[in-house]
Amino acid sequence: MKFAIAVFSAAHAPSSRRALLFAQAALAGGHEIVRLFFYQDGVYNASASVVTPQDELDLPRQWRAFVSEHQLDGVVCIAAALRRGVLNEEEARRYQRDAVAVGAPWELSGLGQLHDAAQDADRLICFGGA
Amino acid sequence: MAKSLLIISRQSPWSGPGAREALDIVLAGGAFDLPIGLLFLDDGVFQLAAKQDAKALQQKDLSANLQALPMFGVEELFVCAESVAQRGLDSNALSLEDARALSAQEITALIDRYDQVITL
Repeated sequence: MKFAIAVFSAAHAPSSRRALLFAQAALAGGHEIVRLFFYQDGVYNASASVVTPQDELDLPRQWRAFVSEHQLDGVVCIAAALRRGVLNEEEARRYQRDAVAVGAPWELSGLGQLHDAAQDADRLICFGGA
Repeated sequence: MAKSLLIISRQSPWSGPGAREALDIVLAGGAFDLPIGLLFLDDGVFQLAAKQDAKALQQKDLSANLQALPMFGVEELFVCAESVAQRGLDSNALSLEDARALSAQEITALIDRYDQVITL
C-alpha cells in the first residue's frame, strides 16, 4: 500500500514519535511511503537546531537518519517553517537571517506537495492534529 | 478521478495559527481544483462567529479569507450544529452563510463520504 504521512506536532510530542514508528513499520511491512509532509508545529521535526537532553530520544536526528537511509521524500511546509523560524540556507539568505535550521535530506516546499501526496497515496495518515 | 479531501477545522481563530493553517490547506486544494470539503467542528465554529474584532488582538482577520472560499471553488462547507449550540452561537448569524449545519449522525456520513480526512 502507498502511504502519505503528515505530521502536525512538534518534535517533543508523543504523536511525532508515533509518526516515526508508523513510518518505520510501514516500510518494514513492505509498504511504500510516497511522501512525508511536515506542517504546523511538525516543521520542528526537521530542525537541526533542536537540542534534546542526553537521556531522551533525539527525534529530529532520528527523522534525518530515517529519511536519509531510505531516501524518502521529506517535505517541510515552507510557510509554516518561515513562521516558526525553521529556515534552510536559501530562505535564511532571502530573509537575511543568521540561523539555518534545515538542510538535507529535507526540502522546503508548498502545501501543493501535501495535496499531491494525498492524491498519489492510498492512505493519508496524520499525526498530531487537533 | 481526483481523491476527495475533507478538512475538519477544530481550533478557534485566536488560539494560534491552527485555524489559519487549516484554511490554507483548503485554499491550496481549491486552487488545484481538487474536491475539497471543510467542516467546522468544536471550537472551530468560533471562526464563524459574527462581529469579531481581530484588531483588538493585533491579528489579521480570518473571516475575509473564509468568504473567499467559493471563489477558490470550495463549496462543500459544513458546520457542526451541536458545536454551535454548545457554544451559545446564533446559528442564523454565522459569517459563512453557505455552510450547511449538520447533526452528529450526518457528520459521520460526511466523513465516510470523503477519501481522505485531515483534522486540525
